[in-house]
Amino acid sequence: MDTYTITRAFADSWGLLGLFMFFIGVILWVFRPGSTKEYRDTAGIPFRHENAPADDQINAKEVQA
Amino acid sequence: MWDYVRMAAFAVIALLAAIAANYARDAAYLVNALTVMLVAAGMFVWELRRAGEPRPAPETGYMDGVVRAGVIATAFWGVVGFLVGTFIAFQLAFPSLNFEWAEGYANFGRLRPLHTSAVIFAFGGNALIATSFYIVQRTSATRLWGGNAGWFVFWGFQLVIILAATGYLLGATQSKEYAEPEWYVDWWLTIVWVVYLLVFLGTVMKRKEPHIYVANWFFLAFIVTVAMLHVVNNLSVPVSIFGSKSVQVFAGVQDAMTQWWYGHNAVGFFLTAGFLGMMYYFVPKQAERPVFSYKLSIIHFWALIFLYIWAGPHHLHYTALPDWASTLGMVFSIVLWMPSWGGMINGLMTLSGAWDKLRTDPIIRMMVISIGFYGMSTFEGPMMSIKAVNSLSHYTDWTIGHVHSGALGWNGMITFGALYFLVPKLWNKERLYSLSLVNWHFWLATIGIVLYASSMWVTGIMEGLMWREVDAQGFLVNSFADTVAAKFPMYVVRGLGGVLFLSGAIIMCFNLWKTVTSAPAKASDAAAVPAE
Repeated sequence: MDTYTITRAFADSWGLLGLFMFFIGVILWVFRPGSTKEYRDTAGIPFRHENAPADDQINAKEVQA
Repeated sequence: MWDYVRMAAFAVIALLAAIAANYARDAAYLVNALTVMLVAAGMFVWELRRAGEPRPAPETGYMDGVVRAGVIATAFWGVVGFLVGTFIAFQLAFPSLNFEWAEGYANFGRLRPLHTSAVIFAFGGNALIATSFYIVQRTSATRLWGGNAGWFVFWGFQLVIILAATGYLLGATQSKEYAEPEWYVDWWLTIVWVVYLLVFLGTVMKRKEPHIYVANWFFLAFIVTVAMLHVVNNLSVPVSIFGSKSVQVFAGVQDAMTQWWYGHNAVGFFLTAGFLGMMYYFVPKQAERPVFSYKLSIIHFWALIFLYIWAGPHHLHYTALPDWASTLGMVFSIVLWMPSWGGMINGLMTLSGAWDKLRTDPIIRMMVISIGFYGMSTFEGPMMSIKAVNSLSHYTDWTIGHVHSGALGWNGMITFGALYFLVPKLWNKERLYSLSLVNWHFWLATIGIVLYASSMWVTGIMEGLMWREVDAQGFLVNSFADTVAAKFPMYVVRGLGGVLFLSGAIIMCFNLWKTVTSAPAKASDAAAVPAE
């Protein structure tokens, strides 16, 4: 078979199945137990180190305050 | 030691560029080679003047200098791009604006790629680079990786813009929409882009937060995918090393499909994924509350990047492209509705409980209307990708209206919102110079977009209907020139819309300038630090 037919056959069988399973996996992973608490923390990232990196002193004060 | 290596390198580049300029086979190549020569010579002199000087100690804290430069470049290229766009809109309405004396340089055909590249890559690209550098540092709680590599990305990208823009005016183009620059500009952009990827990845990898915030996922997808698209779509062989002309490796329908795989994903990953990165940071920041659903943002991300990459064939309905391929593109475009609206809902609902801010804060209003336009154009796009609709809309001004409601509404407005957010922070100011000027900008831009989009709907559908109208004997009723004549009033309205949008942007530049120069400085944080 020529390259086109081989890649085409792979794309609309195993390739499609693999990508689709990966996507279903992502959705299941997102709703795993305990994810809500973790994502609440992750969603708060923009509100932490606004002015200086984590290892700077000023910021350490911000976190304490 | 390194000073001398760098000086030698710049000297060699300047010399090679001078030789290339001497042997140049066309005007675009000549001007580009001279530009490179001048830049390299300037860099040589700059290195020479500071050679042997003691270097200041490496700075700590966030690297904001390059973000400030990016903000200035975004505002500047924005105004340039909008100005050129408004001018060519009037060129279409009044052809005499294609001046006799500028024929071959400033006629519509030469200025149009200048406009598209200026707004997408110069305005949008600088906005993406600046905001991604700002966001990745804050959300990783660490300084930008790679020292001055961030500055290389910024200046290297400006050089791409200058080379591409002068090349367009002098006729260098490989005739691929949104990928017009010729081979040597493509090569240079590839180098700049790889360094951009390294700087971004390096920062993410040395992050102090355990998780990678969702905005960085979107930025990373944007950088990686654009690198892939750019390299594959620009595979070409130069005719001469001393000329700008190159020949594409692909031919025929393969070339067309590669181009629109690139073209549509430039929309999907440059103008959507990258700007969604902005949305997922600036909207929560300005609303002062976390994103509505972080779970939805993850599903949004994977669904968007899994689907977008397949949607390109809808640009080639009813062409030599096989039917199955264009049907596939159409189906994926329609499925794409879901993640797009999921993302829109996530952005809008971030304001739930803070809707009152819409009344008091014109910046959040700007961000909300940008998300609204995002939802509107991601509804319109899938609809236009349906073959039956496309047979009416394709090749008409409807497409141009669709692009502009996305680009002016979504990309423009979210960028304006980001600039209004960033400037007081970056220049350490208490607040913006004037909120009422932001209001003016908001309404001018919004009315401008509405004029633009509605006139293009009318003229696009009219034109599509006129083209397909046949009489009882089966003859076409209208000649092409009939449609052009009928479009005149809508073209004038479109130009006026552009004028409004441009004046809004100029007001923004004035406001940002006054913020930097005369808004009150932020009360120093140092007051809170105890004496040592």
